[in-house]
Amino acid sequence: MKVFEKPKSLADVPQHYCPGCTHGIVHRLIAEVIDELGIEGNTIGIAPVGCAVLAYNYFNCDMIEAAHGRAPAVATGVKRADPENNIVFAYQGDGDLASIGMAETVHAAARNENITIIFINNAIYGMTGGQMAPTSLVGQVTQTSPYGRKSEDCGYPIKVCEMLSQLEGPEFLQRVAVNSVKGVKNAKKAIKKGFQNQLDKKGFSLIEVISSCPTNWGLSPQEALKWIDEKMIPYYPLGVYKDRSAELEGENE
Amino acid sequence: MSEKVLMKGNEAIAEAALKAGCKHYFGYPITPQTEIAAYMAKRMPKIGGTFLQAESEIAAINMVYGVSSAGKRVMTSSSSPGISLKSEGLSYLAGADLPALVVNVQRGGPGLGGIQPSQSDYFQATKGGGHGDFRMIVLAPASVSEMAHLTVKGFDLADKYRMTAMILADGTLGQMMEPVSMDFDVKETYEKPWATDGTKGKREKNVVNSLFLDPQTLEDKVFERYERYKKIEENETLYENYLMNDAEICIVAFGISARVSKNAIDEARKMGVKVGMIRPITLWPFPKKPFKDAVTKVKKIITVEMSMGQMIEDVKLASECKVPVELCNRTGGMIPTPEQVLQAILKANK
Repeated sequence: MKVFEKPKSLADVPQHYCPGCTHGIVHRLIAEVIDELGIEGNTIGIAPVGCAVLAYNYFNCDMIEAAHGRAPAVATGVKRADPENNIVFAYQGDGDLASIGMAETVHAAARNENITIIFINNAIYGMTGGQMAPTSLVGQVTQTSPYGRKSEDCGYPIKVCEMLSQLEGPEFLQRVAVNSVKGVKNAKKAIKKGFQNQLDKKGFSLIEVISSCPTNWGLSPQEALKWIDEKMIPYYPLGVYKDRSAELEGENE
Repeated sequence: MSEKVLMKGNEAIAEAALKAGCKHYFGYPITPQTEIAAYMAKRMPKIGGTFLQAESEIAAINMVYGVSSAGKRVMTSSSSPGISLKSEGLSYLAGADLPALVVNVQRGGPGLGGIQPSQSDYFQATKGGGHGDFRMIVLAPASVSEMAHLTVKGFDLADKYRMTAMILADGTLGQMMEPVSMDFDVKETYEKPWATDGTKGKREKNVVNSLFLDPQTLEDKVFERYERYKKIEENETLYENYLMNDAEICIVAFGISARVSKNAIDEARKMGVKVGMIRPITLWPFPKKPFKDAVTKVKKIITVEMSMGQMIEDVKLASECKVPVELCNRTGGMIPTPEQVLQAILKANK
């Protein structure tokens, strides 16, 4: 009996992520979900610009590299090209999704575009070396907020799930964290639901994954996981922010 | 002879695109090209296609990128300020070797400029239109009929060479009505084994990408692309010679400027002035061949442009400055009159 194996949809290549970074975990969860749903032959993934820019090397399905922030627009195109067959997911970081690509994100959600977005929120720009992100916490020290993020100058971090939940459009919005075994299990459930919604033609699903960036946070991997609990989750509460089908069912009861 | 219908230039582009098998259109409203979007909005749902009004020109061109990645014919259209926004996407389409048709119905610039017809995006269209080493095939119609025919040709060239073909029109051509035949040859279909349309478990995965971190790989990619560009220069250049056989003065003009110039040339001919015209139809590749012949015969070249003189640089290169090249122009949304061009011809003839 096999107890553990690599998901087929995850490429057997070394990944470039830093030690303690949680991108690898989320990649694996997506690959497991693709395997379990048996959709690898129809899945097309969109990689972002950011730390996951090379994600097209890590999944064993068709992949597209998008311009910075444009993944939801590219995903829209791929989905509309063949809505019956194409299963499309975009994998985006916080700078990509919530800063430069905010318009594309909001409008894909407003259209209830039948795609799945995995949103990695680690409160920093990783690839370019640790600059302030739209989700960096007030007081957080980064390369471009060396004295800590000041709300007077830079405003407040954007809560993407809360914001999108005000729209009529989106089907499913959930925030999860991958800093514990329980959290990882929960994240997988959410990601699977996000893909299942697409298969059921329910529309736009976005799963925000609170993630760690020990390198740019200046913490050890262990401390980084703790920082998620202590600093990030209080500002970014976990949970389901929208589940339209469940809400409709509730109304019909 | 096939039946002709009276159509606006913008509508002719839209109808021709449908005839060419384009079932996906993405756009954002901007004058003076919005009729294309309106036409697509009406027709696409009826043929099971996609019309989507995007949240911005940037989103629209990236939706084009997505459909093209998935192997389908796709287009977007805009006007000058909108094309500037699309230039990010144009560069990515080039970097990923994706076919697409992009229409620019030009208006005056820079900035918000105006909404009257212009040709001042010549540099933007022919010299790249975004960052990095790349080209677009640029087609310049001069009639409503050519708006339609070059649209079909544009899709064909885009698929054949895996790159963007741009229709560079202007507000006059977009808005004016002329009879046009929509009877086109059935075009070849192109296999797209590189498309990311799902492996279906039958092939290795495909990746559509413009990122090549190893400089040698990136250089090889660019070299390969420029080999393709060379073939296009050799095989796809289009132009029209008008009364050039005995011409001593040569007008060079494209699009609506060429229409105006033709009137002026006909007038000048009546006055006994030997004047003709080279009308580039592909602006990239720029037709160099007719100039080899022209410079041995003509004493002066005049470019007629609705800009401060952009094509004139290519004309000087093509004619190797063997004869003087002068500019007759209006800009900012103004159209040169036949009288203005005639005066330029008469002055050159002195």
